[in-house]
Parts: sequence; structure tokens; C-alpha cells
Amino acid sequence: MEKQRYERPVIKKLESNMPNKYGMRTEYQPMTHIDGVAVADLVKEHGSPLFVMSEQTIRRVYREAKKAFSTRYPKVQFAWSYKTNYLDAVCRVFHQEGSWAEVVSGFEYDKALRNGVDGSKIIFNGPDKTEADLEKAIQHDSLIHIDHLDELYSIIELSKKLDQRPKVAIRINMDTGIYPMWDRFGFNYENGQAWDALNKIMRSEKLELIGLHCHIGTFMLSAAAYASAAFKLADLALGVKKKYNHNITYIDMGGGFASKNTLKGSYLPGSDVNPTFDDFAEAITSTLINSDFEPDNLPLLILETGRALIDEAGYLLGSVISNKRSSTGKRTTIVDIGVNILFTSFWYDHKITPAQPFTQYTEDTTIYGPLCMNIDVVRESISLPLLNKGDHFVIHHVGAYNMTQWMQFITLRPKVVMIDDKANVHVIRKGETIERITEFEEIPEHLKEFDL
Amino acid sequence: MKIKKNVAISESGYIFNPSTGESFSVNPTGIEIFNMIKEGKKIEEIEQLILKKYNTDKDTFEKDYQDFLGFLKQYLLIDTHDEKED
Repeated sequence: MEKQRYERPVIKKLESNMPNKYGMRTEYQPMTHIDGVAVADLVKEHGSPLFVMSEQTIRRVYREAKKAFSTRYPKVQFAWSYKTNYLDAVCRVFHQEGSWAEVVSGFEYDKALRNGVDGSKIIFNGPDKTEADLEKAIQHDSLIHIDHLDELYSIIELSKKLDQRPKVAIRINMDTGIYPMWDRFGFNYENGQAWDALNKIMRSEKLELIGLHCHIGTFMLSAAAYASAAFKLADLALGVKKKYNHNITYIDMGGGFASKNTLKGSYLPGSDVNPTFDDFAEAITSTLINSDFEPDNLPLLILETGRALIDEAGYLLGSVISNKRSSTGKRTTIVDIGVNILFTSFWYDHKITPAQPFTQYTEDTTIYGPLCMNIDVVRESISLPLLNKGDHFVIHHVGAYNMTQWMQFITLRPKVVMIDDKANVHVIRKGETIERITEFEEIPEHLKEFDL
Repeated sequence: MKIKKNVAISESGYIFNPSTGESFSVNPTGIEIFNMIKEGKKIEEIEQLILKKYNTDKDTFEKDYQDFLGFLKQYLLIDTHDEKED
């Protein structure tokens, strides 16, 4: 006779506290397959932990976002935010879907070029662009978004040196009624810095002012702030038209759209309360359409949203190392996923589901990562089924930032695989090896020998 | 080690302790083990029965059994050897 699946014995005291209407649902429902591929097979073949990207989810979410904007506004262009996830395979899915590239460093710029993106479809943002970066961007006819006056002066000098007319936009920061107000990037709208920069560009006659850009914050929980930002950018664009009779070709609203993750401290799950693409699209497009732009001469609307497009497509598979009790008797579970590879666990209460069926019995658990560091906490409190040592689980919505902000710390970074729409599994980043890490190190001659 | 005499458990795993008015719930494995302790079975016997029925190993079961027992003590559902029975 086959033995039954073992579940450890648990006893729970029934307490009649105040009812809690905010309680999150316990994730009993196991996720045994991702896009038709068994989680157990993925772990068996590629090890644990393992990042899994779903190609069909990337395409579906992108198309949802595109639809939300393009059904409301005639000219829409997305630009993939490289810093959110610059694995080449991921970038290429977005480029296949029609996204341009949005980069914030020379490294990311080169990555976009290597991926085959035409220079004229690369938006170069960020405060740190070296002279060499700028020269390359000008030669490739890229869209340079100016962050500060020093950069503006450098570009004017380079335009003389190269005898080219660089295509530029300026980044504008502004009060959109949200806190914190991001004012460290670009030129301020309210205090006149923005107009000062625009006047300098127009009077220099060396640069082609083609756009206006803003990026008002991150993980925005209010779509209304984008309406305020769109209004201010439209006001500047119309002002430039009036003052210099010059048409601004595009308005770039940046990114910052919240994904479906749940921020720490939030009462309700992000999937229920965060604004949708339709909410953001409605706020932005109705503001632009209702502004004084001529209906047949609306600027192109560029969007650089990263997180909201890729978070859902990323999964992180892991395994239980041990179950323990804390000094107070609370259940704690150690898993093989730490904050070194799941950076976003500092911000989110990530949804975690078991990868095999369980009964409906649960325990409140703290989930610790494997690092010998006190900060390595994946979830401070989560109600989970009774996972045994070696059981697998799935962490959801990890596609944004983890595969760029992860650290090689204490342990090596795991493989990343992508599942295509025919359920084929492709390794898109190999697991690190000690040789790859130490090949960057050099040992001075006098430190080569020692006796212990 | 005995479950207190007046502590009642239902088939579905609802436990009631009339002396404190407290109630608890246990999962199916918990019900089996609770009943075996109530019947006065020794740990060796319980272990043997569980290992025969479920897909687990001796070390895991022993660890989980001690953990479960710790909670039964904590919730005052069992008499320890030093205490008088109710």
C-alpha cells in the first residue's frame, strides 16, 4: 500500500479576537505548473533557487498596457526600461513587441545597441552620461534626455565638435501633489528652471528640442498625479510653440506605474487596490486630449513603464531548508531564497504559494532566507500550509528589479530560465560559478603564500 | 504523559478544555496523535504507526512530535508526570 503524504501535527488555539476584515487570504492553492511546465521538473533540471520568466505573460501584459493607451490616444510608443530587467532575452521580447529602449547608463546603452536596437530608438536618460557616452549617443542619433545644465553645456560643445544637431529633450520635475516629490532629476517646473533650460536650448540653435520628459515617482498608487504631470508638460510644450513657433514632437511620461505587488504595510493586496493600466491611461490621455494641442497635431506619447510590465512575468522557485520555532514559539521557516537575490522583499509582502497540494491547515510563519545575516527576512509573517523540509514553493511577481539589483553576496546567483509559448524552457542566464566571480580578482605576489 | 481526562476532542479535530473554557483545532495528523496519546500509547508505538502509514522518516517525525507535545503542554492539555491528575 502506498503511504499517505505526511503533514506535521499542528494545534491552533481558537481565539475570539476582533474580526479582521483586512486579513490576506491564505494561499492554499498550489502552483504546480508555470505555463504548462511542472515546477518540480524545473527544479530537478535547473536547481533551486531558480528564476523563471514567462514569455507569454510578458507579451500579454505588454499588449494590455498598449491597448489601454492606444484605444484612448492616437500616437503611443513604449520604450523598455532596461534597468528594470536588462536580461537580453527579456529586452528582445519587448523589442519584438515594438518597444524602443530606455537606458540610463553607458552600459545599458551598449546593451541596447548589442540587442540590435537602432540608435534613433534609444532614449538616453539619467544624470550620469560621460562625454564618451554623449558622443556615442549623438553619433547614433539617439534621444538624449538632459538632466542638468552641465550636461546641456557638454552637449552644445559636442554638437560643435561633431558638427551634428543632437536630438534632445529635457527632464522636468514638478509638484504633482504626491509625497515624496521627486526633484533631484531634471529641471523644476514651478521655479522656472525648466523654462531656463528650454530657453538655453532654443537660443543655442545647436540642439533640436524634440521632447519633454518627466518621471514623477515610483510605484505610484495614484493615477491622478499623472494627470497633473501631463497638464504641466502640455503647458510647457504649448508655451514653446507659442514663444518659438516650435513643435514638440513627443511627451514622455516616464514610468512609475505600480505593479500588482503588495507594499509592506498595505492593508489590502496590491492586485485589488493598485491602479490599472486603464486608470493611468485615462488620467494621462484625457489630460493631453483636453489640452490646447490641435487635434491633428498631438505629440507622440512615450511611456517608459518597467515594473508594471514585467513584474507579473517573473517567478522565483525555492525550497524549504528547515522549520524551526522562535524563542516565543512562533513558527519560522528557512528557505534557500535570500534578500541577495530577492531584493524586492525589502519593499513588498510577496505572494508565496506552495508548489504541491496541501490540506487547508496553516501556520503563521516567518520566512527567513539562507544568509547568515539578520536582515535576511523574506516575509515577516505569512500564513502558509505546513511545508516540509525539501518542499518547493513559488514566489510571485518578481520580474522587476530583482534580476538587475541582485547581489553576488555570500552565495552565487542562480540560473534564469524563460518558458516560451510552446512550453519550451530556455536558459537565459547561466548560474554563476566560483570561477566567474574570482576571475576578476588579482592576488599581489606577497600574499600568495602562507603557513597556518 | 496523559491527556487531561476532561479534555474532549471531536472527529473533526475540535478540542475543548472545560476547565479553562479554551478551544483548539488540530489537523488530521494531530487528531491521530492526540488520540493515541489519549489512549496511553507510548512514543515508540505512535512513531511506528505513523511511519507505517505516512511518507516520512523517523527524525522528521520525532522533531514534529516533540514540537506538537510542547504545544499540548503549553496549552495545559496534558498532565506532566509531576502533576496530579484532574
